[in-house]
Amino acid sequence: MTAELRTPGSPVEAARPPFVRIAGVEKAYRPRGRALQALDPITFDLGVGEFVSIVGPSGCGKSTLLMLVAGLIPTTAGEVVIQGQRIIRPYTDVGVVFQQDALLAWRSVLDNVLLQIDVRGLDRRRYEPTARALLARVGISGFESYYPGELSGGMRQRVALCRALVHDPPLLLMDEPFGALDALTRDQMVLDLQRLWLEARKTVLFITHSIWEAIFLADRVVVMSPRPGRIASVLEIDLPRPRRLGMRESPAFGRYAAAVRQRFQAFGLLSET
Amino acid sequence: MSAERPDALTDADTEALPSAGARLAPYLYPALTLAGLVVAWEAFTKLTAVSRLLLPAPSDIAATLVSALPLLVHMSAITAAEFLLGFGLSVVVGIPLGALLVHARPVELAVYPLLVASQTVPKAAIAPIFVVWLGAGMTSKVLIAFTIAFFPIVIDTAIGLRAAPPEVINVVRSMGANAFQVFWFVRFPNALPNIFGGLKVASTLAVVGAIVGEFVSAEKGLGYLVLVANGELNTTLVFASVVTLSVLGVGFYFLLELVERFVIRWHVSARRPETGTM
Repeated sequence: MTAELRTPGSPVEAARPPFVRIAGVEKAYRPRGRALQALDPITFDLGVGEFVSIVGPSGCGKSTLLMLVAGLIPTTAGEVVIQGQRIIRPYTDVGVVFQQDALLAWRSVLDNVLLQIDVRGLDRRRYEPTARALLARVGISGFESYYPGELSGGMRQRVALCRALVHDPPLLLMDEPFGALDALTRDQMVLDLQRLWLEARKTVLFITHSIWEAIFLADRVVVMSPRPGRIASVLEIDLPRPRRLGMRESPAFGRYAAAVRQRFQAFGLLSET
Repeated sequence: MSAERPDALTDADTEALPSAGARLAPYLYPALTLAGLVVAWEAFTKLTAVSRLLLPAPSDIAATLVSALPLLVHMSAITAAEFLLGFGLSVVVGIPLGALLVHARPVELAVYPLLVASQTVPKAAIAPIFVVWLGAGMTSKVLIAFTIAFFPIVIDTAIGLRAAPPEVINVVRSMGANAFQVFWFVRFPNALPNIFGGLKVASTLAVVGAIVGEFVSAEKGLGYLVLVANGELNTTLVFASVVTLSVLGVGFYFLLELVERFVIRWHVSARRPETGTM
């Protein structure tokens, strides 16, 4: 993993070349013949090594956006370009984590991580030490031979994270990866993810409906409107790294959170009466 | 199942099975029930002096099982060969056909409705046709067993293949998997619990099929023996044949269970803490 040198907390350089270009991407479905606009045209870039969170209400199309970027579903209009390559089929130089851990119940923890290697036809023996080291980094050593059904939800999601990282992809796509976890496990996972990201500085697109999670992890937060989803605002998060949980109570953090919340309130999403 | 668990389960066995007594209970209770029934049956025949032609005592049946053992073993081997071959054919045809139903839309459209409709035809009624076509030898029995047994395998395979979680398929596609790899890495292993369910149903149906075939026309086999003994009013031998047949059928079923436990260990182990009795 190559660590790009960047002073922690420095403002995002505008000159950084985009790694992912999302240009006017749109998605419409036709359930029962009725056109349903899931996503209005979306345009933004992800810089190399940038961590971008997308926060939005349920059903705003943020998961759809991730599927479009991954090339798992076709766009209705617009295009996704990753490193100059237009995405028309699943993009494979990537690690993907979904809310459901998506582990294979019949494979052990280690074999689940190495699934990445098996499917790609790479040399298992070469990657096994990497897989074991990654599992150790997230505190799962000693469980390599367990089946996913024998692990807790948090542990399963850690295994899924290791699987997304074992082949050292430059891009990580995460769709509410911690959404199904309890609050405490979730805090720990967010810290672990930050640590891994600081070590490797991969480009990350992180989907969440949690405002604090989005701010805590990201260089930039993209706030989305309710369906049909479009970009409501973009926040540059200028907080020093590594960020600590205590920073959630800091005034600066509070201002970012308030900005996102007010956006949601403007959409009539949060009613206090 | 364990989202709220703070850590991994220590050991499924020690958690789910507190004592040897509890471990044996699933075997002990049916065995005791069976023993009770046999004792009641024995007592009934002794107390009422019912004719042995109508209802032989269990002790008489046991005696015949011993005295006619060579004959029963010989006939068992033939019947077993019939249903095992019929079952094997069901597997070899049923699993690929189930996969085709899921992956080849034209096959699904062309075959599936006919397949379902064909199941309403009473197969015992078409058994004589197989005998006319293929003679009274083993081939007709094998094909009758196959005709009866393959359907649940097809259906359960299709259900299992369709049940693969879409997010798993998406993760694997992001690894660059082609359709065959998605099948091989995800769909097929995911379908194994369903497939084994179908196999177990098919195993009992294959036995039925072989016996139906022998009833129609045969010169050997346990079904043939039942017919002959019945014709000679040797009711004890009829019962002895039926007992032998049950032992064969149950043995085959448990053999499949053993294979299942070995092949899909992960499934059984994941299920055990919930059911507590596997």
